[in-house]
Amino acid sequence: MESVLGRYRNLIILVGVLFLQVLGLATQVREDKRGGSDAQSTRLIRVWVVGAITPFERGLVWIQDGTGNIWHNYFYLRGVRAENRQLKEQIEQMRLEQVRLSEDAAQARRLQTLLAFKEQFISKTVAAQVIGSSGSDLSRTIYIDKGENAGIKRDMAVMTADGIVGKVLVVYPSVSQVLLINDQSSGVGAILEKTRLQGVLRGSANGEVILERVMSDEQVPVGETVLTSGGDQIFPKGLPVGTVDKVGNGKDLFLTIKVRPAANLSKLEEVLVLVEKQERQQTAEDSTRMRAADILAQRLPSVPEKPAADANAVGVTVPGTKPASATTEAKPAGTAASLNAKISSGASVAQKAPLAGQPAKATGVASSGQKSPSTNAAAPGAAKPVPSQTKTDNAPKKPAKPASTPPTTPSAAQTSPTAVPQSSPPNSQRPANESSPQ
Amino acid sequence: MPITYTSNEQVEVYRFSIPVTIGVPLLALFVQAFVPLRFPRFAVYLDLPLLVTIFFSMARRNPVAGLFTGAVIGLAQDMLGHNPIGIYGIAKTVVGYGASSLGVKLDVENAGARFLVTLGFYLVHSAVYFFVARELVNMTQTWSWLHGMLAGLANAALGVILYFLLDKFKQRT
Repeated sequence: MESVLGRYRNLIILVGVLFLQVLGLATQVREDKRGGSDAQSTRLIRVWVVGAITPFERGLVWIQDGTGNIWHNYFYLRGVRAENRQLKEQIEQMRLEQVRLSEDAAQARRLQTLLAFKEQFISKTVAAQVIGSSGSDLSRTIYIDKGENAGIKRDMAVMTADGIVGKVLVVYPSVSQVLLINDQSSGVGAILEKTRLQGVLRGSANGEVILERVMSDEQVPVGETVLTSGGDQIFPKGLPVGTVDKVGNGKDLFLTIKVRPAANLSKLEEVLVLVEKQERQQTAEDSTRMRAADILAQRLPSVPEKPAADANAVGVTVPGTKPASATTEAKPAGTAASLNAKISSGASVAQKAPLAGQPAKATGVASSGQKSPSTNAAAPGAAKPVPSQTKTDNAPKKPAKPASTPPTTPSAAQTSPTAVPQSSPPNSQRPANESSPQ
Repeated sequence: MPITYTSNEQVEVYRFSIPVTIGVPLLALFVQAFVPLRFPRFAVYLDLPLLVTIFFSMARRNPVAGLFTGAVIGLAQDMLGHNPIGIYGIAKTVVGYGASSLGVKLDVENAGARFLVTLGFYLVHSAVYFFVARELVNMTQTWSWLHGMLAGLANAALGVILYFLLDKFKQRT
């Protein structure tokens, strides 16, 4: 027996060491299947190795950045003046674009208010530097120089200005490990921007990003933008993921779409960690004072307004309503009426009120304010000042007579969510449906 | 105090100082983790910890020392990633044992032999990793001979250069 042990000593030790490692592996896999995290059970030894390697990486990145900064900030300044001029022009263009986009965003928020839409906001991010990687193409992770001390926690979203990068996998005191979206164990809820098809974004063994579980009943064009759907509860909805690179048939009735990530995952330097996001529902006070219907009415083609004289002739005053400044209310009411007349009730709505035989002092739109729930719904907004443009347009037309003020009863206000969607664009309800988790 | 290992009297056995024994594998791990940030293809084709494992194992010519060298370096490499710990550990344990056993029987001092040995052990390492990851951990793995050969050749070429550099740290027993 001893001779056998002596003869095969090396082999026995090899088998023993391999057996121990397989045992350890099996334990980890079992814990994973039970829902446990290997990060918890193997945390200590990982901490040792990461603690031994990352300080050097951090130091090297620091030296590299310092050297690069000295070179770029002091020595290599050729063409900076021209670039500066170009950037200033770009800023001007972007400002114009921003004005347009903020208008659209404000409008969207107002509509969301009326739809009781809950939205996730990115409220706080932490910038971090990428200091290392796993060093293996079979584990696509990176290390960033911010950890628990900077408020980072597991499962926080990581992104760049270009698009999403991954999520925080393991958090150490001053370092965190981030799982990239092209790792085969990652999964992100995604949606195609135009076709609105949803799927699950996964990494492949060779580092590609694949959008799976997309129904094959629609055509997906190459180049279409892919966004986060928010269904994974990690990434807020609407963040750029990438663009469709190739479309192929997957299993069953699903498409398999190869996605080119928006963020350059192979050359990451700085990233943002989303440390705080809020889910909040817009309230009436959050949105601007203008009614959503008014905004839409301004943008949509409306029924031509009647001359002031005609308006006075057909206008009505709702009994029991408080007199209000005509200059503040006339135009919004008019626009809302024209919108309602066009979309909901037709132009005849504006003309039904006079037939009711009620005293007419304000414009014909006041009648629609009474008849149409949408106008009543917007009562709180209507009572507030509106943009100056609407005031000046109507001030000469209308004398300072009491205008119709929509009722302020709760019942009237409660009709708002049902009233406005009628006048919303057809796709305005889509976000509400998509907000639900997958 | 230098670490020494048992020797076969017919072949030359080397030892290494403690700083080299600890520092070189750590440096290899560090470079392996850092360089891909600037050169993403580095991690796809090159495996510095594997080259270090092969070098130390062949130089020590002791299978037990070789397998432990491979196990330690492999496990450390596992810890930098997020996959279960032990996949690289098992693969490099096998490579360490094999390289030491081969070092006892063959002269692996010349560049040609080193090139072939490194190429061969790269493929062994990939095969063991593939098997363990796929069969034991149930990871999705795809085997590509083309990639394996290209990466093997790249590692072998780098290995020959690296081994000559590391030869400077060898100490005769």
